[in-house]
Amino acid sequence: MRNQRIKGFAAAVLALSLIAACSDDKKTTSTSAPVACATTTPVKLQLQWVTQAQFAGYYAALDQGFYKAQCLEVTILEGAVDITPQTVLANGDADFAVSWVTKALASREAGANIVDIAQVFQRSGTLAVSFKDKNITSAKDYAGKKIGNWGYGNEFEVFAAMTKAGIDPATVENVAQQFDMVGLLEGDIDAAEAMTYNEYAQVLEAKNPATGKLYTADDLNVISYEEQGVGMLQDAIWADGARLSDATYKDTAVKFVAASLQGWAYCRDNVDACAKLVTDQGSALGLTHQTWQMNEVNKLIWPAADGVGFIQQAAWDRTAALAQETKNLEGTTVLTKAPTADAFTNDIVTAAYAILKGLGVDINGTSYKPATVTLTEGGA
Amino acid sequence: MFVLAMALVAAGWEIYKKFGPQNGGEVFGWKILPRAKDRVMPHISDILGRFTDPLNRASSETVLSVVLKGVWFSFRLVLAGFGMGLIAGLLLAVVMTRFRFAERAVLPYLVVSQTVPLIALAPLVASWGGKLHLFGWEWPRWMSSAVLGAFLTFFPIAVGALRGLQSPTAASLELMDSLAAPWRRTLFTLRFPAAVPYLVPALKLGAAGAVIGVVVSEISTGLRGGIGRLVIEFSQKTTGDPAIVYTAVLGAAFLGLVMAGLVAIVDAVFMRNRPKEVEA
Repeated sequence: MRNQRIKGFAAAVLALSLIAACSDDKKTTSTSAPVACATTTPVKLQLQWVTQAQFAGYYAALDQGFYKAQCLEVTILEGAVDITPQTVLANGDADFAVSWVTKALASREAGANIVDIAQVFQRSGTLAVSFKDKNITSAKDYAGKKIGNWGYGNEFEVFAAMTKAGIDPATVENVAQQFDMVGLLEGDIDAAEAMTYNEYAQVLEAKNPATGKLYTADDLNVISYEEQGVGMLQDAIWADGARLSDATYKDTAVKFVAASLQGWAYCRDNVDACAKLVTDQGSALGLTHQTWQMNEVNKLIWPAADGVGFIQQAAWDRTAALAQETKNLEGTTVLTKAPTADAFTNDIVTAAYAILKGLGVDINGTSYKPATVTLTEGGA
Repeated sequence: MFVLAMALVAAGWEIYKKFGPQNGGEVFGWKILPRAKDRVMPHISDILGRFTDPLNRASSETVLSVVLKGVWFSFRLVLAGFGMGLIAGLLLAVVMTRFRFAERAVLPYLVVSQTVPLIALAPLVASWGGKLHLFGWEWPRWMSSAVLGAFLTFFPIAVGALRGLQSPTAASLELMDSLAAPWRRTLFTLRFPAAVPYLVPALKLGAAGAVIGVVVSEISTGLRGGIGRLVIEFSQKTTGDPAIVYTAVLGAAFLGLVMAGLVAIVDAVFMRNRPKEVEA
């Protein structure tokens, strides 16, 4: 009798596993705009983090059928804590990846053959945020203060600013910062590293216990590393360098970049729609927060004098130089030598402009004006 | 009793909030007492209240519904992982019981396998998603999380079952031998029943391991839909909304309780006839 029962139990466990196996794998794939395509090319895009307005252009291109119109079947792969987009790309698990230039160049130096084919964010969005009473208005004031940084390669603008201001990083109390702003609010950190489009907004979404109201920009001193002249290039679209010599992949890259940039142009003109889109895609962050983020991200992209996604030699060289010169606390630099000339190419983005001009898309956004977004508690 | 214990924990939390140091405290120069501020320790009522709030302005879905959906999604992965881990663990134990050299060859590697950090393994296993094809069947992304759950489950089960399968006395084994029972018969008639008391605690450890494996790998690989994913998404909101992350944490705790409850039921079913067993 007993072995009957054991068999029964084993069968039950198997059955449960099978029930569990029936759960479906949710993928984000394009749905709209039927266009006559002889064949559609499947494309996988790896993001750096979970769905949020930082990647709205790609979601808009998917939602508005811009990828479909270029005969691409795009799957967007979200990032997470332990996912490195440039590694996923180099391993062939994705066709394109979104990554910060500095981090991708570090992977490139380590042997990953990846190429920057579109510099979507042409300005750096990194800030140092501190409360007014700390009197930190430039990197010169860092001496003797508790300065937060995220580490993991996100800290180099902080150290570049100190070096530029003639401050020895050893005279600064460098604090490892969490990815939330509680450390700043609790006074563990005097000046915290923050992205314009995310952590800065988190501070403005928190309640000041002294007044019972939300913190405002008037409570804070904000230093922009871009304005300090030490901005390093961030979100760019990276392609597999080895496959770029293949004409089919190169053609796919041109179409993919064109449709993605069309998505970014759409989000420039439709801030609210794009914020709603990413919120509906299942972001748990609130709609107000995403609207703020969309607006701030647009400021990093538009106006684009040479065209959206164009890689400017000056900004590239500055990023590469800072990446070689700036030492962090461990005394290491991001790069040990200059990246080779084939680390980026404007060929793809230039070819994409031909497609975009044919579609009547404004690639410069000369008349772009940022919106004003009012934040609410918790970013609801 | 369980409800009472929960109430005591909640009361302890609120008492600490009331009397604990607002800015944290030091004991012998070590800063170990947590801050009792609302931003760090929200009131229990705030946390529970968040469950009925809508997730955000764009949706009317409540936080409770989102958390329960996450729990349900992860629960299925945990069951799949637990099932796979159970089968793998039992098979390993049987093979190790049958062949002594297998025990000597494999057991050290089982121990080594458990020292590999889950977060190092997670991105690797996750990359199988959508890439690996087995006999025309595509490896889905969620399967990677289930496998990592199984990875933590199989070890206690393999070790517990091995111990249990080896537990019959020499006299019992000799009796089976003298009756010319084949090895399979000995396995099912003697060894498995004898292993049950060893298996039950192993199942408890395995169930806890499956929950940890699935939730941690969801955090690590960002698998959409699970409770682990909610933990990272909600923790991004903690600056302005400290209570919400605790709703996801409570969801994960609830998932653990459900698994513990299931194992308790299995335990009760299997151990029901124990006294009779001893007589026999």
